[in-house]
Amino acid sequence: MAVKQVNPTRMELTRLKKKLNTATRGHKLLKDKRDELMRRFLEMVRENRTLRMKVEEELKKANGNFVLAKAAMSDETLKAALLAPKQEVYVSTSYRNVMSVDIPVFDTTTRTPDPNDIYSYGFAFTSSELDDAVKSLADILPDLIKLAEIEKSCQLMADEIEKTRRRVNALEHVMIPETQEQIRYITRKLDENERSTQTRLMKVKDMMLKEAHGY
Amino acid sequence: MSDRIAAVGDKESVYGFAALGLDTYFTDPREDSTAMFKRLCQSGNYSIIYVTEAAAVALEKEIEKYRSEPSPAIILIPGVSGNTGEGLSAVRVSVEKAVGSDIFNE
Repeated sequence: MAVKQVNPTRMELTRLKKKLNTATRGHKLLKDKRDELMRRFLEMVRENRTLRMKVEEELKKANGNFVLAKAAMSDETLKAALLAPKQEVYVSTSYRNVMSVDIPVFDTTTRTPDPNDIYSYGFAFTSSELDDAVKSLADILPDLIKLAEIEKSCQLMADEIEKTRRRVNALEHVMIPETQEQIRYITRKLDENERSTQTRLMKVKDMMLKEAHGY
Repeated sequence: MSDRIAAVGDKESVYGFAALGLDTYFTDPREDSTAMFKRLCQSGNYSIIYVTEAAAVALEKEIEKYRSEPSPAIILIPGVSGNTGEGLSAVRVSVEKAVGSDIFNE
């Protein structure tokens, strides 16, 4: 591996050792984070799948009901019936922190507490099929909200997992080996310097002895 | 913070949601609905936006953009024209992103 040029000094060595220490600790922490995130994600995504299948199935039924309702009455009446809805749904979003991912928690409130306010029309001109259709859709709504919550959480968590995984890999395969290599390089260089000083000293000593005593 | 819920899709698929108190926005397959959808997302009034699978095809790029944003949550639902499996494949994308491959593949 191509090693980045570093100054072979003691100061640099201490700095790099500290860096390696931090990187190793960070790597361990991030790895733990990734594993835990993954565990939670898999749990959630399983729930997401089953819930989605359920909701889709029910929506299909509801849609069928609406088609029936439409068939049983004129377009104008239908339009007029649903033109001015009585009910309004509000969502208040709070966030729950799961392993540093802010996942949304939706809390719905309706404008009026009366569950019958979903029927925004008089019953004189509309078919009973429409009532059924609206009812079936209203029954799905809590599940739909739950699905939104879980699916969004899954998306956010998937994003975070991807990021964390990249960080772990960058630390594991680039940063840590590189720093280790640099540390090795400096140690070798310092050792070499030491040895060369040693031999020089020995040589000088020999020369001095020769001069003084004529060995 | 009280937000609303929006339903986007062709008229037949979403008009029922109006009765429940959701805001409905109709898309026309002959028209480009991207601008409208963008406005919805950026308005900040909606924390959940349901989009029918049929309408989502044209809005894919926009939906992709909000995937990693905390809000709004854009959720695909089947419309009257039937279930195209788009919604489940959105889940699959998440799994693939996180795990590296689709492990729930049957």
